[in-house]
Amino acid sequence: MNSIISTNIIRFLILVFVQILILNHINFLGYVNPYLYILFVILFPIKNSRTLFIFLGFLIGLTIDLFSDSGGVHAAACVTIAYIRPVVLKFCFGMIYEHQAIKFSNVDLGAKTMYIAILTLIHHLILFSLEIFNFSKIILTLQKTLFSSAFTILLCVLVSIIFSKNSK
Amino acid sequence: MQQIVNFIIRNKTFLLFFLLFTISLTLTIQSHSYHKSKFVNSANFLSGSIYKSANNISQYFNLKRQNEILAEENSRLKTLIYTGEDSTSTFVSDSSRFGIPYKFTTAKIIKNSYSLSNNVLLIDKGKRDSLSQDLGVINSKGIIGIVDNVSKRYATVISILNTNIQLSAQIKKTNHFGTLTWNGKSSNLIQLIDVPKIAPLQKGDTIITSGRSAIFPKGIPIGFIQDFKLDRAENYYEIDVELFNDMTNIEHVYVIENKDAEEINNLLNAVNE
Repeated sequence: MNSIISTNIIRFLILVFVQILILNHINFLGYVNPYLYILFVILFPIKNSRTLFIFLGFLIGLTIDLFSDSGGVHAAACVTIAYIRPVVLKFCFGMIYEHQAIKFSNVDLGAKTMYIAILTLIHHLILFSLEIFNFSKIILTLQKTLFSSAFTILLCVLVSIIFSKNSK
Repeated sequence: MQQIVNFIIRNKTFLLFFLLFTISLTLTIQSHSYHKSKFVNSANFLSGSIYKSANNISQYFNLKRQNEILAEENSRLKTLIYTGEDSTSTFVSDSSRFGIPYKFTTAKIIKNSYSLSNNVLLIDKGKRDSLSQDLGVINSKGIIGIVDNVSKRYATVISILNTNIQLSAQIKKTNHFGTLTWNGKSSNLIQLIDVPKIAPLQKGDTIITSGRSAIFPKGIPIGFIQDFKLDRAENYYEIDVELFNDMTNIEHVYVIENKDAEEINNLLNAVNE
C-alpha cells in the first residue's frame, strides 16, 4: 500500500514538472501541445476511494493551472474525467473491470488505447471549450481538440508502454 | 434531517464532483474577465522560483539572438545621441522627452506563452522593485503587454496576445485612433478596430500607441498594416496589424511607470461619474 502511495506522489510530481517545463513549450505548428499529465488520472489505481480520486484529479488540474495562468480550465477538465472514469472503464474493459482485477500493465493494448483515447478526447474538449470560451469560435475549438488529442494519445500510449515494461 | 444526511452520503461523489467543478468554472470565468484572476496565477513564490531556475538554464540557448537584439537597440540609441534627432522612432528610455515623468524598470521574461487564447507572461520583478498593477511593458521593438498580478518578487503580464486586452492605438501619420484587440488566431497578427472610415489607410502604415490612457506614453511602435477591410456596418475599418515584435522570442523588457497615472485616472473617473 505504501509503495502505491509513494509511486503516485512521485508520478504526480514528475508529470507536473514535465508538463510545465517541457510540454507546455512545444507549440508544434504554433499551438499544438500534448497534455501528458492526464496520465496521472488515467493510471490511478482503481481500488482507491472515488472521493479521494476526484479530489486528486482536481488538485493536479489546479497545479497545472497555477503554472500556466489559465484560471481553472485544467482543473475543470481533470475533475470531469476523474468523475466519469468508471463509466469509461466499464465500456472499454467490460468484464475484467466488474471483477475489479485490472492491472494497467497487463491489459490488452487495443482496449487500453481505446480507454486512453476516450478520456483524452473528453478532457481536451472541455479544456479547449473553456479556454477559448466562445461559441463563435467552435471550429477553432474542435481543431485544437483534435490535433492536441492525437498528440496526447500517442504520447500517453507510448509512455505507458515504456514504463510498464519495467514493472513486469 | 436523517433523509438529508442520507442523501448527502449516498451522493457524496457526485456532490464533490459538482463542488470542485463549480470552483474551477468560477476560476475560469474570473480569468476571462480583465484583471480578475486573483487567486490562481503564476506570480507566486513557488511557480516563480521554479520558472526562474528553469529560465536560468534555458536562457543560454537563446543568448546569441538576445545579444543581437540588445546590440541593435544600443546602436539605435547611440545614433540618437550623436545625431540629436529622433525622427524614426519617438520611443527612447529618456524620461524628459515625454514631458511626463515616466520611470523605466528593466525586467526579464521568465515564462513566455503565445499559443493559448489568453496568454500571460511572467517577469522576474515584483513589488520589491516597486511594480504595481496596470503598468505598461515594452521592449526595444514595441509593446508587450500590461502588468496584472504582482507578488513580492514576480509579476504576471497580460500579453497583447490575449483576447481580453484592449489598448488604444493610432495610425502614426494621421492621428486616427482605434482599439487594439486580438482574435486569438495568429501570434504575429493583432487587430485594430473602430478606426473611422474617413482615415486614409495604406498597407505598410505604422501603428503606434496613442497615449490616450495613462499606461503607455504616445508613440511606442506596435506594428504595420498588413491588411484592412470595412466592418459589417461599413462605418469603421478592421485592420490586421503585423507586429514588429516576434512574440515567440522575447526576453528583455522594460516596465513603464507613469508617475502621474493616479492623477490622470482620478480625473478620468471623475468625468465618467
